[in-house]
Amino acid sequence: MPAPQASRASKAPQSQKSPSSSSAAPAAPPTVKPTDFASDQDVRWCPGCGDYAILNQMRKVLAAMGARREKTVFVSGIGCSSRFPYYMNTYGFHSIHGRAPAVATGVKLANPELDVWIVTGDGDGLSIGGNHLLHFLRRNVGAKVLLFNNRIYGLTKGQYSPTSEEGKKTKSSPMGSLELPLTPLSFALSAEASFAARAVDVDRNLGDVLQQAAEHRGSAFVEIYQDCNVFNHKAFDYATDKNARLENVLYLEHGKPLIFGAESEKGIRLNGARKPEVVSLKDGYKEDDLLFHDQTDESLAFLLSRLSHEQGFPEPMGVFYRMADDCYEQLLEKEIEQAITTRGRGDLQSLFSEANTYEIR
Amino acid sequence: MPERKEKINTQQLRSAVVRFAGDSGDGMQLAGTQFTDTSAVVGNDVATLPDYPAEIRAPAGTVAGVSGFQINFAAADIHTPGDEVDALVAMNPAAFKAHIDDVRARGIVIVNEDEFTKVNLRKAGYSDGYTPLDDERYTQRYKITPVPMTRLNSEALADSGLGNKEIGRCRNMYALGLIYWLFDRPLETTIGYIQDYFGSRKKLPQVAEANIGALKAGYFFGETAELFPVRFHIDRAPVEPGRYRKLTGNEAIAMGAITAATLSGKRLVYCSYPITPASDILHYLAGLRHHGVRTFQAEDEIAAVCAAIGAAFAGQLGVTGTSGPGLALKSEAINLAVMTELPLVVVNVQRGGPSTGLPTKTEQSDLLQAMFGRNGDSPVVLLAPRSPGDCFDSMIEACRIAMQHMVPVVLLSDGYLANGAEPWRIPDAEAIEPIEVVHPSNGDRFLPYQRDENFVRPWAVPGTPGFEHRIGGIEKQHLTGNVSYDDDNHQRMTELRLKKVEKVADAIPDLEPVGAPSGELLVVGWGGTYGAILTAVERAHEAGKSVGFIHLRHLNPMPRNLNQILRRYRKVLVPELNTGQLRLLLRARFLIDARGLNKIQGKPFLVEELQQAIDLMLSGGWGDHEWLAPYHHQVAVPSESQKS
Repeated sequence: MPAPQASRASKAPQSQKSPSSSSAAPAAPPTVKPTDFASDQDVRWCPGCGDYAILNQMRKVLAAMGARREKTVFVSGIGCSSRFPYYMNTYGFHSIHGRAPAVATGVKLANPELDVWIVTGDGDGLSIGGNHLLHFLRRNVGAKVLLFNNRIYGLTKGQYSPTSEEGKKTKSSPMGSLELPLTPLSFALSAEASFAARAVDVDRNLGDVLQQAAEHRGSAFVEIYQDCNVFNHKAFDYATDKNARLENVLYLEHGKPLIFGAESEKGIRLNGARKPEVVSLKDGYKEDDLLFHDQTDESLAFLLSRLSHEQGFPEPMGVFYRMADDCYEQLLEKEIEQAITTRGRGDLQSLFSEANTYEIR
Repeated sequence: MPERKEKINTQQLRSAVVRFAGDSGDGMQLAGTQFTDTSAVVGNDVATLPDYPAEIRAPAGTVAGVSGFQINFAAADIHTPGDEVDALVAMNPAAFKAHIDDVRARGIVIVNEDEFTKVNLRKAGYSDGYTPLDDERYTQRYKITPVPMTRLNSEALADSGLGNKEIGRCRNMYALGLIYWLFDRPLETTIGYIQDYFGSRKKLPQVAEANIGALKAGYFFGETAELFPVRFHIDRAPVEPGRYRKLTGNEAIAMGAITAATLSGKRLVYCSYPITPASDILHYLAGLRHHGVRTFQAEDEIAAVCAAIGAAFAGQLGVTGTSGPGLALKSEAINLAVMTELPLVVVNVQRGGPSTGLPTKTEQSDLLQAMFGRNGDSPVVLLAPRSPGDCFDSMIEACRIAMQHMVPVVLLSDGYLANGAEPWRIPDAEAIEPIEVVHPSNGDRFLPYQRDENFVRPWAVPGTPGFEHRIGGIEKQHLTGNVSYDDDNHQRMTELRLKKVEKVADAIPDLEPVGAPSGELLVVGWGGTYGAILTAVERAHEAGKSVGFIHLRHLNPMPRNLNQILRRYRKVLVPELNTGQLRLLLRARFLIDARGLNKIQGKPFLVEELQQAIDLMLSGGWGDHEWLAPYHHQVAVPSESQKS
């Protein structure tokens, strides 16, 4: 069913296309193939890296949407994931560590017409660049963020990251990390993200999530579980293993109850203490007893972001939250139009004279 | 103003220096600005020096909380706010204490005697039972005129319908009125301002009336009280005819940015994080949306410069503004623009450092940071404006060089230029040279790092079909721009980036020394010290001394004939508001024994200090010291003066 759109209380509701609609292609696009988005550069990630799967999905989605190569810009920071732009035959900017959201903001301010994607990682986006990501999401700049979460520093050869689990033993934490990990989606929702979603690198629903992100107006935040097969192999085994997966992952569908399990026999409900708990439909619980997903419900989205495998919950995949709102760069353009309407278009001679002037003869 | 019987003589002066000083909340900056506007409108040349504390409201009545505003106004061409104060207005004992030493002997000191109470004297740090108004050291040296301003102002506004607090706030206008009378200035400009600001904009007609009432009361008090045996008149300066306005350095930079964007057909994207003393550029530009200006108040200094780089990548004019600590934070991102060879303009309004330093005071100590403060061999273009008005031209040049040479340009303004004002002849917009910018849009195989005869790479803009390309901070392969770790390629690219910056010198005009074209001493300056050095050198030259002067706007690359000029003189003096940063560059590059006059006090040079240094150099009295510093107006060897 189509998802209704939530809206920030202070702003008028926006109508938006159904998220399940896939007819976002511009008028009469030239036919494009996924390979049209491949640059002439050899892809240099380690063989077996989860990044390959994401790259392929990205190329497919852009081709399917009929995206224009010249209008598409990939901006990245530093880290394995941030090599992404080199492998896309679009405009690309491999910037500096953590700063991709700021660079992307500048791109959108200069030209709001461009389709801008940010590729970042758990270290790049949440450690050194945490502040930029927070403010980028809060401003609702109209660019999409793909955060490849492999829960490790890969490019620097295996130190713990802001999403590494507590107690994780790495080269820089031989006795185990002392830090609590950050949950990227909880962070994004707290930062007022207007679109928050999650997918797994090798999962079939990644393409769908990417497309919904592309179609969202405003900043879209997508966390992608990504396997670093060299420094943190099988970190997301529970979510990718053919057998275990269905017990450990819950696919979110708007308006549908939270059901999972190999036989779709389990669900999540709020218990008497208003805490989520896993229940079995075989134990007498009915669908109506379960929580229903509502993409417009901020509190529910946050609750879902807290469900973790470690605590015995299935981890939700798909779109947690979405809300249509004016993009920052569009609001700025509106201000400019408004200023021109009320004051007239500025010209240099009047600019020079907009002060107390006097004549010397 | 009704004409009254003229009992008092009017004395003609060539120039005068007035300083308003009071508590931060006393409205001294407004009084000073109004005096400046009025003086400019009557045709004087003016130069100003606002001086305010870093704290918004330091404890009232203390020396730390004193705010001052100095104006030099003249019937001749002037270049500095003046060394010594001819007339000081001190609104309280703290203001008196903080500023009295800058007043010349026999100078006029008008004090608000109502505020010289026991409590206020104590707050100013005077011992109990003492008042400087009775101290012979002061009364014999200065013409101290106590005026009960608080009382007179209150009496004048008794029928204004305002409360005591609001009436008290009009005291600055009372003081201004008195000074207007003393220096024979008309009241119209200020009355117009008050009516516009309080009357029209704030919709407070009663407050407007009260302020005008206070202004007039102060003026009439001067006329009737016979406190002063003589009043002064300063004729208009023989300036070039035309339409003028008053301009501060920060305003000039903002206007220069808009002008450069317009001339190049670009959108201006100005990205900044609030920082003293650069914030006014952001404020000014944010109010000019109807000129198509996109301002972006970023979450921090790094985001600001990165957003400007993103805007440049997307084909528009990306500018970021900051001050020293912010420049430090931007270093890594500036290097990204060096590597990706994108146009980026960084405005650095220098202030006292290191660290947080002296946020509201001026200094020239970021030259080496701007020149070298990044990892790797990282050449950027450096420019420095020399006066508030020159900030306009320098900013246009900075934007032009950045876009035409695909290179980051750092513009080194400073707190003195930023807040100082001078009359500015409004240029004809049509007559300003357009900035030609080329973007590739056709051709066979696009090579993002294929350079032209100036070693400049093409600026291909996202949105252009067929020119999709990837750039980044990793070393680029020559021509293709692909990632390259090749050893010979890195050597070649490093040299190309350097050559590209050196090539900018082709368009830099040759220097022409002021004063002696060759001879005994060459004074070399840069940035905001121009006015003071020029004045000192002109005086020395008029006195027949063999002194020449060159002032560098282009600090990297430097003008091509600089080496040749340096060798025409026996000695070289480099006055700077730092410990010798340009001197270091000149010594390193040209192997000359340049000496320095180095003042690090958060204040501009006094002309007198420069004259002393010039005389010391000429007389051979400098000795072997590499640099000297002025202490209490006396140029001395630093280590010796520290003992005193």
